[in-house]
Amino acid sequence: MHDAAAAPEFLSREPRERFRGGLAVGTPLAFAGFLLAISFGITAEPIMGPWATIAFSAIVFAGAAQFAATAVLAASGSVVAAVVAGVLLNLRFLPMSVAIAPWVRGRLAWRALQGQAIVDASWALASHGGGRFDPIRMVGATAPAYPTWVGGTVVGVLAGDLLGDPRTYGLDAIFPAFFLALLMNEAGSGPSRLAAAAGALIALTLVPVAPPGVPILAASAAALVALRRP
Amino acid sequence: MTSAWITIGVLAVATLLIKTSGPVLLGGRPLPERLTRMISLLAPALLAALVIVEALSHDGTIAVDERTAGVAAAGVSLSVRRDVILAVVVAAATTALLRAA
Repeated sequence: MHDAAAAPEFLSREPRERFRGGLAVGTPLAFAGFLLAISFGITAEPIMGPWATIAFSAIVFAGAAQFAATAVLAASGSVVAAVVAGVLLNLRFLPMSVAIAPWVRGRLAWRALQGQAIVDASWALASHGGGRFDPIRMVGATAPAYPTWVGGTVVGVLAGDLLGDPRTYGLDAIFPAFFLALLMNEAGSGPSRLAAAAGALIALTLVPVAPPGVPILAASAAALVALRRP
Repeated sequence: MTSAWITIGVLAVATLLIKTSGPVLLGGRPLPERLTRMISLLAPALLAALVIVEALSHDGTIAVDERTAGVAAAGVSLSVRRDVILAVVVAAATTALLRAA
């Protein structure tokens, strides 16, 4: 239980300050997201046209699911297959959503809005370790990421041919490197190291056999495994 | 073209429900201690899986490529100095250089 004595330090700070903290750490990543969104715009435009491509980023706002669903449609896959690919990827937000839940305060609509701010990087940035999350910081980190994601998609749709492939610049290595940095901060105690190792093992085992998204989702089970250890 | 719009619509609703479920259904109330402890272990488990999937896999197969090398270089950088920005720059630069080679 989170009793008053154990209340994390961030809860005593002004929400505005927590939001600004998220904004500061989220902005460099939003720039990386901008460049990746350009590559989404370039990839998706020939398959679904300019308007659907931009709407996809504006309404769904989930990079991995957008790339996966687009790849299915590009391979003449069915709508059902495209939706399943996207949903399986986005189901990883379910454990993230449960993890932040105890820390989300306020009225129903405001709580729902905070949930909408869940994206991998912002969620990870909102973690203060030991299962403590600052949702206001997460909202701050997502605030710059949304306009850059949509804006990057527009740029990719309009001017993609002029820019070339962002992968040339190694931009696809940014997010895994960032997750690794957060993991090294997070995995301090014995149980959290065990959870990390088990999560990695589950993902590694499932990558060749399960549809995209399932390896990450299934890694949640590692938390149960680590919990069994006293 | 229609199939793209249907995909977008269904994914939008599904993603909204997934992201909202935790804060709306469980938000702002204390959870049982075992659940809280399990939740505290979700972050390392999911982060480790994200690293594996994004650095070591490509289109459903295990793949060791330039990106893997870039992320490994970031790991070395982090073990020397805990600087996230530096690590991210090291990862992108290493990956780009290897691809250019």
